[in-house]
Amino acid sequence: MADRSPATRRSLAVLLAAVFAFLYIPIVTLVALSFNDGGLPTAWTGFSVKWYGTLLANRDILSAALNTLIVAVISTAIAAVLGTLLALGIETRRRRGRALEALVFAPMIIPDIVLAIALLSFFSLLKFPMGLHTIILSHVVFNLAFVSAVVRARLKSFDWSVTEASADLGAPAFTTFRRVTLPLILPAVIAGALLAFTLSVDEFIIAFFTAGAGRASTTLPMQIFAMIRFGVTPEINALATLVMIVSVTALTLSQRLNKGVIAP
Amino acid sequence: MTALLSIGGVTKRFGRVTAIDRLSLDIHENEFFALLGASGSGKTTLLRMLAGFETPEAGAILLDGKDISRMPPNRRPVNLMFQSYALFPHMSVEGNIAYGLEMERLAKPEIARRVGEIMEVTELSSMARRKPDQLSGGQKQRVALARALVKRPHLLLLDEPLGALDKKLRAAMQLELKRLQHEVGITFIVVTHDQEEALVMADRVAILRDGRLLQCGTPHEVYEHPANRFAADFIGVMNFIEEDGRTLALRPERIRLFPERADRTTEGRVTARAYHGLDLQLHVETPLSPRPLLVRLTADAADRRPVAEGDTVTLGWNDADTRIFKD
Amino acid sequence: MAPALLWLTALMLVPCGLILALGFFRRGLYGGIEYAFTLENFALIVDPLYAGIFLTSARIAGTATLIAVIVGYAAAYAIAAAPRHRQPTLLFLAVLPFWSNYLIRTYAWIVLLNREGLITQGLRLMGYEGEPPSMLYTEGAVITGLVYNYLPFVVLACYAPLARLNPELAEASRDLGASAFTTFRRVILPMTLPGIAAGAVFVFVLSIGNFITPALLGGGRFQMMGNLIYAQFLTANDWPFGAAISMVLIAIMMGLLTLQAIAAERGAGERREGANG
Ligand SMILES: Nc1ncnc2c1ncn2[C@@H]1O[C@H](COP(=O)(O)OP(=O)(O)OP(=O)(O)O)[C@@H](O)[C@H]1O
Ligand SMILES: [Mg+2]
Repeated sequence: MADRSPATRRSLAVLLAAVFAFLYIPIVTLVALSFNDGGLPTAWTGFSVKWYGTLLANRDILSAALNTLIVAVISTAIAAVLGTLLALGIETRRRRGRALEALVFAPMIIPDIVLAIALLSFFSLLKFPMGLHTIILSHVVFNLAFVSAVVRARLKSFDWSVTEASADLGAPAFTTFRRVTLPLILPAVIAGALLAFTLSVDEFIIAFFTAGAGRASTTLPMQIFAMIRFGVTPEINALATLVMIVSVTALTLSQRLNKGVIAP
Repeated sequence: MTALLSIGGVTKRFGRVTAIDRLSLDIHENEFFALLGASGSGKTTLLRMLAGFETPEAGAILLDGKDISRMPPNRRPVNLMFQSYALFPHMSVEGNIAYGLEMERLAKPEIARRVGEIMEVTELSSMARRKPDQLSGGQKQRVALARALVKRPHLLLLDEPLGALDKKLRAAMQLELKRLQHEVGITFIVVTHDQEEALVMADRVAILRDGRLLQCGTPHEVYEHPANRFAADFIGVMNFIEEDGRTLALRPERIRLFPERADRTTEGRVTARAYHGLDLQLHVETPLSPRPLLVRLTADAADRRPVAEGDTVTLGWNDADTRIFKD
Repeated sequence: MAPALLWLTALMLVPCGLILALGFFRRGLYGGIEYAFTLENFALIVDPLYAGIFLTSARIAGTATLIAVIVGYAAAYAIAAAPRHRQPTLLFLAVLPFWSNYLIRTYAWIVLLNREGLITQGLRLMGYEGEPPSMLYTEGAVITGLVYNYLPFVVLACYAPLARLNPELAEASRDLGASAFTTFRRVILPMTLPGIAAGAVFVFVLSIGNFITPALLGGGRFQMMGNLIYAQFLTANDWPFGAAISMVLIAIMMGLLTLQAIAAERGAGERREGANG
């Protein structure tokens, strides 16, 4: 943009610093408190990892974490395959209807609560027993949309003549896919899958509505929600820190693999 | 000579555009065939139909007597060198070249031997392990060529193979292509924009216009006996003189300066002179045409009778050297 | 692509269609669904009791959207004005929180706004002696939570058009005698408006349909449409009414998106004319 006076420059920098402070102070506070020996936000009584210890001894949390992992891994795997095929299908079509675009875009913009109650009504009207499997089925819906969006963005700059070259050199369609197309779009597929994985790990509302009765299919966000309602505890701080480390790692990796996944 | 490839009445439309219009053409074994034509005349479309990426709406494409027009590209014994090269960016030079042989399920040692050989021929051995983005334009082109050649196709299609190169590299590659053709013994169809290139390299040339075949023959035939005004203008440089409702076409090198004997002569004034390589080129204003006539003299002829800008000269030529078109 | 489309149809289109249908049925005597056509659910929506809730949630969502758009646009502007090589990192950092756990981000504000939370501690350190201020479970807390959660999204939506803006346009405006502020108001702002509008629509819809933030930071005292839907399905057991509210939410979203699209289209037309004239 046009060059600015030093004064303008300085005030823009200050503004940006303030926004970043607003964004990161709450998170940093949480992380810091998770290492506070006394556990209370009232006083710093020394560095300790004991809350992480209590966390690991809590069976409920461990089983919720395991459930979350199961849901996230399976739904991401399904979404990675289906989303990639969807992206390829859409991008290799000569003509695309608006209805198709809307259909694949919808899961990303529908408010979670609406999708959640729609799925709940759907499953219960069908008398479909609910549990981890229904959470997985539901998570695939939005995971699939995100994977296909990331892969489609990659395909926009894809030089299709290499696939023609492959056919010309004698490769049948599937070999061309396996040896040429897939290796070239793989970074985008993995980036999309990592994004889907973090979304699934963090997703609360849809899981909450489609988990069915009973504690057996409680996921980590559901567990966190229940704990938060009881108030601030040092254990939640520790749990929150761990969950954030997982998401931030996956997101950073995703961004590295495919610039522009999270921010252009 | 028998026809290796026989194209019969082929038509291809894209929506309302007719890219190829009832085109028929025979191509012989071991021939170096050049396709010429202005941009949009259907050259790429024709090659893509031969390679199998477009299906013609009508007509037949016979290779060795068998109709291949509905055969998928991966089953055709025809290879295309893409205008954009289309190298696989995630494979090394070696990997790119070996790919087509792997598709034929040849034994590993056999693949290695043939890849090694073709890399020798195309002088790529020293960069076998590089990725395409670490190569120069000319090197990429040689990889694309090697990748197509190594399959020993019956027919190799090249879409503007020398398009992206500078003049010097182009000349070197032209010789190289000719040499390769003799060494490997395959039939080439080359698309080019550059008519000089076509005249230098090809055994026969075809001129396309709006998806139709305008003329087909040896470079000599097409140069000396263009079928119509468009073909005459398209190949080489031509002077046109309009008189009595017809057009007289005359090559610049057929015009002589101060001829002792000539069927026709005219007076004119030299408006420009410039050297083209060793030849001297003159622009001469005459009463015969609104545009100056182009005259091309060999260095010898130019030395014998020096002329300067503004000089008045006599030009002459023989009727046998002119072509007459009635439009 | 067929399996994916099948999946989306079975688990998104059909369930959403079901909700659409459900809104026109009657609530059964014991909470079930009675399959008789009725418009009662929609009549209930304009009932003063619920209409009041809608208005409150619209006000809260509107305020949050306004703040998020102003702050987010300013931040995006500042990022776009930073040296080129730093912009990707700055943007990534601004957007990163948006992709991490919503519950945790909301919970962090409980820690800060709590009666004995960090803000109170800070005030004490500065010599404040009185009662701890009650900040949690207020409208302000809900708005802060919403702004906090959706700010990164606005930054992202506003950055794209700002980064695409041709710097010579602003220079031309200055060259023609406009002040920096006038240049901003007459050139930069209009050209980046569609991005802002798209961002604003999403923040508003996500806020008005929210249920986590009001539940955690509003202590149940502030109901948004999301809380109402939640309650119909999980406590009041009036699914048809819950479905009707959901439909209203979707209708609001589609309406606003359509308005935004029309405005963007018209803006583009004007810009084209401007370019020709
Ligand atoms: N996929 C396509 N869809 C629609 N029209 C096409 C398509 N491919 C080619 N055409 C049209 O067919 C005609 C012939 O195109 P073609 O690419 O064969 O020309 P060309 O002789 O190779 O030109 P150039 O020398 O510029 O490469 C053109 O009018 C072009 O616009
Ligand atoms: Mg072409």
